[in-house]
Amino acid sequence: MRVKVRYFAAFRDDAGCSEEFVDSAGSTTGEVFEQCRSRHPGLHRHQASMVAVNDEMAQWDTPLADGDEVLFFPPVAGG
Amino acid sequence: MNRFTVTHETIALDAFRRGMDDPSCGAYVQFEGRVRNHNEGQPVLRLEYEIYEPLAVKEGERILDEALARYGVEKAAAEHRGGLMGLEEVAVVVGVSAAHRDEAFAACRYIIDELKIRLPIWKKEHYASGEARWVNCQRCASAHDPG
Repeated sequence: MRVKVRYFAAFRDDAGCSEEFVDSAGSTTGEVFEQCRSRHPGLHRHQASMVAVNDEMAQWDTPLADGDEVLFFPPVAGG
Repeated sequence: MNRFTVTHETIALDAFRRGMDDPSCGAYVQFEGRVRNHNEGQPVLRLEYEIYEPLAVKEGERILDEALARYGVEKAAAEHRGGLMGLEEVAVVVGVSAAHRDEAFAACRYIIDELKIRLPIWKKEHYASGEARWVNCQRCASAHDPG
């Protein structure tokens, strides 16, 4: 399975890039995050981090399909 | 027309307020979030907001719908600014028109509280020292998921 991963704000700094493609044996958002984390050791999944798939908010156990776009959001701070 | 919008310019407050006029409403409550000159003891010079607009707008509209349903107000709208801004500039505005003040205050409070925790928006503070930091990083650094 190949998915596109996008990093935002502090996650982009931690990963050192804003997006990349990941060939994953994992099947959920959480598993793909762990795979990204092994690639970029600076990346950490804080408690308040969020994830979205194809522009819809998702959970850390949301299943992924080939071609999905996964968005990793560090803790938000609007307002 | 979207009631939740994102702009990279100065928020047009007069136009925003005019858009909230409604002859059936006896109450109008507006909240403005402004750039403060300090945070956690550090002097702040500027703020920078990064917004993932497609989802911020979608989730923002959802929050406004929730406020209308929950509090029975007539109109609710909000605008958030992205990019770099200086002290005292308005970063976010929320407006609620309602028949009476109680529901207008409650809905306005609900909207700003939800916007802050649900929208994909991140704040970077630029300090007088020349440093810049994503806000919350200090707190999230001590809140890693185990493993």
